[in-house]
Amino acid sequence: MSPLILNTIEVILNGLMTGVMYSLVALGFVLIFKASGIFNYAQGVMALFAALTLVGFQTGQIPFAHLINVVFGTDYHHWGEGMNTVLAIILTMLVMILLAWLVEKVVLRYLVNQEPIVLFMATIGLAFFLEGLGDLMWGANIKVLNVGLPSGGSFWWEDVTKTWASEGSDYYGMYIDVLDVWAAAIAVVLVIVLTVFSQYTKTGRALRAVADDHQAALTVGISLRAIWVVVWSIAGFVALVAGIMWGAKSGIQFSLSLIALKALPVLILGGFTSIPGAIVGGLIIGVGEKLFEFSVGPLIGGATENWFAYVLALLFLMFRPQGLFGERIIERV
Amino acid sequence: MFYREAGDFKTSYAADQQTFPIAFDRWSVRVVIVFACLVVPFLINDYWEKSILLPFLIWSLAALGLNILTGYCGQLSLGTGGFMAVGAYACYKLTTMFPDLNILFVILLAGVVTALVGILFGLPSLRIKGFYLAVATLASQFFLVWLFNKVPWFYNYSASGQINMPERDVFGIVVSGPNAEPWATYLLALLFVVVFAIVARNLTRGRLGRSWMAIRDMDIAAEIIGVPPLKAKLSAFAISSFYIGLAGAMFFGIYLGAIEPTEAFGIDKSFLVLFMIIIGGLGSIAGSFIGAAFMVLLPVLFKNIMVGSFGWPTDTVQHFIFMLVGGLIMFFLIVEPHGLAQLWRIVKEKMRLWPFPH
Repeated sequence: MSPLILNTIEVILNGLMTGVMYSLVALGFVLIFKASGIFNYAQGVMALFAALTLVGFQTGQIPFAHLINVVFGTDYHHWGEGMNTVLAIILTMLVMILLAWLVEKVVLRYLVNQEPIVLFMATIGLAFFLEGLGDLMWGANIKVLNVGLPSGGSFWWEDVTKTWASEGSDYYGMYIDVLDVWAAAIAVVLVIVLTVFSQYTKTGRALRAVADDHQAALTVGISLRAIWVVVWSIAGFVALVAGIMWGAKSGIQFSLSLIALKALPVLILGGFTSIPGAIVGGLIIGVGEKLFEFSVGPLIGGATENWFAYVLALLFLMFRPQGLFGERIIERV
Repeated sequence: MFYREAGDFKTSYAADQQTFPIAFDRWSVRVVIVFACLVVPFLINDYWEKSILLPFLIWSLAALGLNILTGYCGQLSLGTGGFMAVGAYACYKLTTMFPDLNILFVILLAGVVTALVGILFGLPSLRIKGFYLAVATLASQFFLVWLFNKVPWFYNYSASGQINMPERDVFGIVVSGPNAEPWATYLLALLFVVVFAIVARNLTRGRLGRSWMAIRDMDIAAEIIGVPPLKAKLSAFAISSFYIGLAGAMFFGIYLGAIEPTEAFGIDKSFLVLFMIIIGGLGSIAGSFIGAAFMVLLPVLFKNIMVGSFGWPTDTVQHFIFMLVGGLIMFFLIVEPHGLAQLWRIVKEKMRLWPFPH
């Protein structure tokens, strides 16, 4: 095969991997949207917050250290050597559950029956709040997250692909980050677990009932509030996984919360109510933006990844407003 | 006592239909405008101009624009930053291409250019709505900022990629560049804000404004009773973008003077303006001003108190303000979804009855 074809394959493969990462964030959106009709803008910031908390526990930081030092004139930063990664992940998960409970208790309870757009704006407020809280608790510096996942290029794959090139061409093999492969595998497991959970457990069925019809679910005795806490906890869990993956890939910093914005076009392609849609949408966006950057990018100045996903979603919306797998929108007066 | 309509008899249709039907309202608006025009310019100094009055006026104009689109017409937009960038770059290109053109016309034309771009990006609103539309406007935000970064024609091939406002004057008074006096830039911004606030107020009371509100409240029903959605939505996009373009042109031209697009017109600016109209009040002209004042003054106030008095580090205060703003957004959406403007309306209702309880 000629190097051009091989390069294209490499771009597509990397695009698929990036797409999986987008899907991970989009999944959290879909879960909350299905169960409560809320479009949770704060999902990306939740990922950032989860990752910050995880690193904080791992390295043994004291929460609000800056604030405490400023107010009381002390100089505390760490309380010890830090803790085991698994323990830190469990503790972070507990924090996310607490957060879900608080969100339901303080915010959502009072916004029942409001218009979706009001709820959307409330979650924008939540996103700002969490962003400030995360930085105030753990400091705003860029952090390195290490949970023991392998990373770096795969030499084995490089050697395999080198043999594919036609004789005499100077082709050095494809570059694939092992971390991306792990992320893809974890995403697949996550989707399977979530599907099994929503199909075969009692809570999962209650979730689907709430998603179908709030009032009907209430009449058969499902507690809406409890369900919302469960859903936000699950979304918190997905955010934690996404935060770990993105954090391990590019460090934990503010830009992590911007991937939430990238998840929006993913959702538009896939439809807001479909879990497979989130996956397929993520893959299309991932491959699309990498291919576009590879083929057209150099002609028009590069960095097209910033906007390609949104413009693609825009064009797509013109022809199919409900997304690939979304339910058909029927409007009544 | 003072605030009442009893005894205020209207004897002509013109008097009956005037913008502020209650005498107290009418006079307080006049007093505020006269005070702002005749007293403030003599008191203003550099600090008040640069960190309070000018940002307040410019953000009010942007908030007015977004309020027309989101508050009155119900189309959520996250592309405000991008449209402000269009206004800024249109202002820059026009004033460097035609150096003799009066800056007043340059700013107005920048608004017109932005309006055209706004119509273009408003086209998807005919088919999609709600947060689907919000995502579509995100496309304009990211695409436009990218465009101004990557196409050298827009920044006249300057090496830094920045744009710098040359010195311009109105009737011999310098209003842009480093030599501009604080009162001159302030009065220019005030002129635009006052004129276009009155225009907006009257637009929203008229046929066009009512068609926007009909679309906002239920678009299909509005279409059935004969409000053309194409005209209503696109006019809302055009007029809203015009206002935002004016704000962008002034933000660049007379406020900052030099701009780098990614930093000056990022997505955070879009959210800032959105927060202004949520806190101030969706669908209210006064709300746009209250919201802008709130969001401009809050950080200044907190910085002065916490950094100045308590000696806290700036970044901690910054995070604190983030939390506060986010918390306030949720608070307002829960407690008073119509924003501060609604509180003002309630106060006015009480004043009408005062001092009698019924």
